[in-house]
Amino acid sequence: MTILDKVTALLGEGAVLEAAPDRVPRVAPGSPDAVALLLGTAHQEGWRVRIEGAGTWLQSDAPADIALTTRRLDRIPAIEPSDLTATAEAGIGLDQLRQQLADRGAWLAIDPPGLAGRTLGSVVSTATAGPLRHGYGPIKDHLLGVTFVTGDGRMVQSGGRVMKNVAGYDLTRVQAGGFGAFGVIVLVHLRLRTLPRADVTYVLEGAREDLTQVGEDIAAAGLTPAALELVSPALARRERWVLAVRLAGSPALVAADEAGLGAASGGGRFAPLRAEEAHAFWMRLAEGFAVRPVTFRIGGVPTASDELLDLLQHQLGDEWISASPAAGAIRWTGDASIDRLQRLRRTLAGQEVPLTLERAPWPLRGAVGHFGAYREGVGPLVAGLRRTFDPGGALVVATEGT
Amino acid sequence: MSSALARDLAAIVGERHVSEARAERFTYAMDGLPTHRRVPDLVVLPGTREELIAVVRLLAALGVPFVPRGAGTGLSGGALADQGTVLLVLTRLNRILQIDNANRRAVVEPGVVNAKLGAAAKPHGLQYAPDPSSQTACTVGGNVAENAGGPHCLKYGVTANHVLALEVLLADGSVVELGSPGGEPWGPDLVGLFVGSEGNFGIATKITVRLTPLPRAIRTLLADFTSIRAAGEAVTTIIASGIVPAALEMMDQSCICAVEDSVYAAGYPRDAAAILLAEIDGRNVDGVVAETEAVTEMLRKSGARSVRSAATEVERERLWQGRKKAFGAMGRLSRDLVVQDAVVPRSALPHVLETICTIAQNYGLVVSNVFHAGDGNLHPNISFDATDPALKQRVEAASAEIMQLCIDAGGTITGEHGVGIDKLRYMHLIFDAESLGAMQAVRRVFDPRELVNPGKVVPIHACREWTSIRNAKFGMRNDTTGFNSAFPIPHSAVEVTR
Repeated sequence: MTILDKVTALLGEGAVLEAAPDRVPRVAPGSPDAVALLLGTAHQEGWRVRIEGAGTWLQSDAPADIALTTRRLDRIPAIEPSDLTATAEAGIGLDQLRQQLADRGAWLAIDPPGLAGRTLGSVVSTATAGPLRHGYGPIKDHLLGVTFVTGDGRMVQSGGRVMKNVAGYDLTRVQAGGFGAFGVIVLVHLRLRTLPRADVTYVLEGAREDLTQVGEDIAAAGLTPAALELVSPALARRERWVLAVRLAGSPALVAADEAGLGAASGGGRFAPLRAEEAHAFWMRLAEGFAVRPVTFRIGGVPTASDELLDLLQHQLGDEWISASPAAGAIRWTGDASIDRLQRLRRTLAGQEVPLTLERAPWPLRGAVGHFGAYREGVGPLVAGLRRTFDPGGALVVATEGT
Repeated sequence: MSSALARDLAAIVGERHVSEARAERFTYAMDGLPTHRRVPDLVVLPGTREELIAVVRLLAALGVPFVPRGAGTGLSGGALADQGTVLLVLTRLNRILQIDNANRRAVVEPGVVNAKLGAAAKPHGLQYAPDPSSQTACTVGGNVAENAGGPHCLKYGVTANHVLALEVLLADGSVVELGSPGGEPWGPDLVGLFVGSEGNFGIATKITVRLTPLPRAIRTLLADFTSIRAAGEAVTTIIASGIVPAALEMMDQSCICAVEDSVYAAGYPRDAAAILLAEIDGRNVDGVVAETEAVTEMLRKSGARSVRSAATEVERERLWQGRKKAFGAMGRLSRDLVVQDAVVPRSALPHVLETICTIAQNYGLVVSNVFHAGDGNLHPNISFDATDPALKQRVEAASAEIMQLCIDAGGTITGEHGVGIDKLRYMHLIFDAESLGAMQAVRRVFDPRELVNPGKVVPIHACREWTSIRNAKFGMRNDTTGFNSAFPIPHSAVEVTR
């Protein structure tokens, strides 16, 4: 009996999809319980399982016996606009989720890199925040709880569905940014905001150092942008670097910030984008990080942003970069060798700046790992969590590198 | 506990910082929740990080369990140490190590008082946003352990949203560094996992927190309502409008009168069924003014009898003092007070508040509500006399019914006070055995011998067995034996999930 026969017997024919391009059988469980059944069996049988969402972000190339895709977990069991909460399955595409929320006047204030159909589970498990992190925080700040299935098929719930919750240890934090190494997220409870009644984007082109100064002036002026993003010319498809400012919220607050923006930039040099232009600008930015082979993020203190951008330029080139200087977050995409990435990670670690490899072909991410160059004592804790949540090592994830 | 151990500990921290005498140890028998009492065998107050590390290494070598404690203002019995356990009081580790104005962060020792950090940040135009009601006494280390909240967490987030990095002393005496100064984790978010772990994963010895700019404009509104339902509906309306007030707090009539009868009298209308304190703040003055007008209008349309804006800073402080000292004011109502903590979906507030009133009436109890309405975080407080066994039983039954009500409404058993020992008996109502087992297994990644703060948070008898869980010996630690509690863990609750 082949693996595929066993999976078919377990979950039915409907769960077996066309094989992945590397001929690994692709299985799409239709419910959280089916995920638990599959992983429990994989653990007993010794199968290696790679996790996939819609296949739009991380390359589907990890060596495995089966590929578990969450794409049939695409329901939205609850949207509560008056409570500003929602519960969605991990395989729902962000574009679909956004639309359904907007129809109810609600908004999930995240704009992660990737294509529009990228799954919610992919965004949460990789903790890839976009420019809105400036105003609304990292991905974890939008999570009320998750339900996940461990590598040996146990279903675990963490957190809850309400705004505040300190009941028990917050295992959600391990899953957000765990890259699937600690289980497969099947259900996500989300914190929402009201769909902003005003949402405008302004851009300013210039030399990087000048724009950095303008960004600091905006912060000093007391404006509260939803996003304040510095984008490299190649990524923005402009002649020079671009500082993009997104103001979102109540009309009163946005109007007040718009008035302050001109003053902060020395006389209204910012150009407003029409709604469709703004949409295209932010979409292009998000999609730009999903097309080149390697994408990573680094996080330092705000005052180190310039220095870190210089370091990236020196070691890898700065063609496709986006940064939230005030949040100290920088994302880079392009082509890079194992050796260069390892060297960069070590250099950054010396400055207390973690490098998280977000996507790369398997040979590279297998060698470099999503994480690495840990601070003192972190390695054994990560290894302990891995043993706890995937005791048989069924989940194929390039957790650690050097 | 042997006096040899006391001598060895005194050699590290100095004799005057080790308490063996019962009268001294009795000082630490309770936290802010008077319904649980445990007298520790030994109390140690290290004065430096190095002393703390040496103490923990000694205890680890001897296999002696220990409990870290800050100012003892917790409300779940989480910092109580029972027999055979050493209490480590961290209030002498109270140095602010750095305020980095440019990067808006501070590095502090665990014993730094929350309000003192705020005061130190203020000259830089910054604030430490989490503001639990006990902020003039509670420590940042305790805030980290409990993931403390506070009125202004509605807009600014709870402690977990403000901690960037931690130096942690594990139970085996090793030191680990979690997180980074920029907030990006080294792999999974171990900082986020540690915050709120109630001292079960180790002791934070160095805490890097995010500071936020002080608002340039603040408007504080007092709205009074003739029904709790109308006040609850006003909360839903404001939140749904997209405006995020800095704080949105509610008090019911019983609480209003307790405050007005006390030295904290704030001028709240005694005849109101409920009041709402709404605060709008921001860096943009025009924006704050416009949003305040909008909120005022929403309060009026929701049925507020009057909406008053604090005209001066003195008046604003007075309004807030009444709210923040409400728990203290309720001390006037009776000898003992159970401060409850639960969270419900905001839209369920009117129904839940009305049902809590009914529960109180059914049991013949006085329940006062003062809470973070914007978050749906309730604090129903039951006044009683713990020397009356029959009354105590009624309070216990009413508490359990209130918890079940909040769970049935889609909520949870604690929003900011933690589980400690007080809420152990409710954990199985919201987590299945598998999930509780997972929590305990994670705890053992950090502390395989379960030496630090044993017997808290996870009701071990309700856990499903995970490979690495040892539950025979320490499972007894959160059983009913060995401590004096007004609210023992009922065996029946545990049996349900076996």
